[in-house]
Amino acid sequence: MKKTIRKDNLKASAIKKKSLAKQIYDSRILILMCLPAVLFFIMFCYCPMPGAYIAFTDYNYKSGIFKSTFVGLDNFKFLISSGNLWKLTRNTILYNLFFIAFGNLLQIFLAILLSEVKNKLFKKVSQTFMFLPYFISAVLVGLLAFNFLNYDYGFLNVIIKAFGGDPVAFYSWVRAWPAIIVIVYLWQQTGYGSVVYFAAICGIDTCMMEAAEVDGANVLQRIRYITLPSLKPTIIILFLFSIGGILKGNFGLFYNLVGPTNAGLFGITDIIETYVYRAMMNNFNFTTSSAVGLYQSIVGFVIVMFCNWCVRRIDKDYSLF
Amino acid sequence: MVKQRKMKIRQSKLTISVHILSYLFIALFAIACLLPFWLIITASLSTETVINQTGIGLLPKRFTLDAFKYVFRSPKDLLGSYGVTIIMTVSGTALGLFIISMAGYVLQRKDFPFRNQISFFIYFTTLFSAGLAPTYLWITQYLNLKDSYFAVFLQLLMSPWLIVLMKNFAKSVPFEITESGKIDGAGDFRIFLSLVLPMLKPALATIGLFLALGYWNEWYQSMLYLTSKVAYKPLQYYLYAIVNQAAAMKSSMAGNNVSTGALPTQTIKMATALVATGPIILLYPFVQKYFISGITVGAVKG
Repeated sequence: MKKTIRKDNLKASAIKKKSLAKQIYDSRILILMCLPAVLFFIMFCYCPMPGAYIAFTDYNYKSGIFKSTFVGLDNFKFLISSGNLWKLTRNTILYNLFFIAFGNLLQIFLAILLSEVKNKLFKKVSQTFMFLPYFISAVLVGLLAFNFLNYDYGFLNVIIKAFGGDPVAFYSWVRAWPAIIVIVYLWQQTGYGSVVYFAAICGIDTCMMEAAEVDGANVLQRIRYITLPSLKPTIIILFLFSIGGILKGNFGLFYNLVGPTNAGLFGITDIIETYVYRAMMNNFNFTTSSAVGLYQSIVGFVIVMFCNWCVRRIDKDYSLF
Repeated sequence: MVKQRKMKIRQSKLTISVHILSYLFIALFAIACLLPFWLIITASLSTETVINQTGIGLLPKRFTLDAFKYVFRSPKDLLGSYGVTIIMTVSGTALGLFIISMAGYVLQRKDFPFRNQISFFIYFTTLFSAGLAPTYLWITQYLNLKDSYFAVFLQLLMSPWLIVLMKNFAKSVPFEITESGKIDGAGDFRIFLSLVLPMLKPALATIGLFLALGYWNEWYQSMLYLTSKVAYKPLQYYLYAIVNQAAAMKSSMAGNNVSTGALPTQTIKMATALVATGPIILLYPFVQKYFISGITVGAVKG
């Protein structure tokens, strides 16, 4: 193995000595082979980028992006003074923190329990059920939640009524929504998310487990002193990556759970993505929408870079670049 | 001696209780994951008026197939949506797989001098993006793709994450394979097509399934770029319209004289949701292992 790597390095350094034109000519087929992918990202990711300039203009449809008047940072000033930017940032980060904390705890817990289950059929069937929510569309998630929370016929209210309680109007009970969103998130993501941890546990050397058993360690001690420490690198790396994405929200989940018209809940359930969408599609306010979007991109970029720097310091192999 | 035996018994008691707890918790969690699906089935098989009075139950209330009959009575829109989604899913998955696997293979080849630069060029798009509004304007005003299925089809074709995943898979194909092809005088594309691609079958299955799932569940891009001008909505967007149409009409109905009979009622929503999602749920247990390998190969490096 080592030998081949050295050979390849040698070859790579040999290639570097060639001139750029020669390099391009020699690898023309390889370049052609990745050209479609490169063109795709130019077309749909890089080309729209100059358009972020809208955030600094008073864009109107007639003049187009680059002929609208330049207004400097006015759009951002308005967002800050109206308190919207702060509210959206706070909501997005808080929701993500809850997702990360509860999500990972539950995933690790589930993975450890799964690893204790010896019955293969039980394991397979239960995993199949637990993964299912991950593979359905956000639209269906919204409908499934509606079936539970609806005032007239929702399943939760059926249960509440069966115990003699009064039905609860969940869709106008604002303060319940952070909990509802976190629970639905956990319902959808935990099963599939636990796979990473489960795989990491399966990767632990069984000799260690057996040795511990011979030494008289009980099952809790095994989990405490072998499983959890072995999971530590995975936990830290995944944690850092999720912190890197802390300013990015799951549009589909929030949008479909709350519903497009339930304005009473927007205050507490609005994240950057839903605000950006509604500002543009409902109010045709392209400047506000792109100002918030640009803010998200830039701050998000800084956060990712910082997290990647942390990962690099821990383990270079896991860093993004 | 006695003490030791006692220890052993205590330990095994602990082990047993941990095992029972594991089975119990996992069973409960699995049921919790399944329950919403079960309720949608029972609701779709219930009589509408009974549901409205007494709510959704664990078993169908006054069993009837009316909702399904209604859905299939004038199935033109539904079948059209099915057609659009199936065409997009099949062609998008095939085209996407071809482009992604070529790029993934090339970008991990150690003798390709530009692999790092191009990899970063692609990866950078996940770090920084133009944002929704500039993208929307670019696609609708410059590419003129408003109300075109291509706005949806093209954007779902690939993602940096899938290319990284393919790269990771392709790394496991020994470089000697490529070298042996070269020695035999095959060109790079030929090497890829006839030597490397057959070895990437598990990768193709995994990434193909992620692509197919993306196309099948697509509703977001459709909501952005397709208006009622298109003949048929993609399936999940069709479901979205049905689910939210009822809500929107109810809230604006007060003054207007809209007959409630014309509204897509609850049971019909459920039946539509089942018809739109059914294929995934039925197919999914058989392909589950590929999704698992996807997250374990690509998880951390993603």
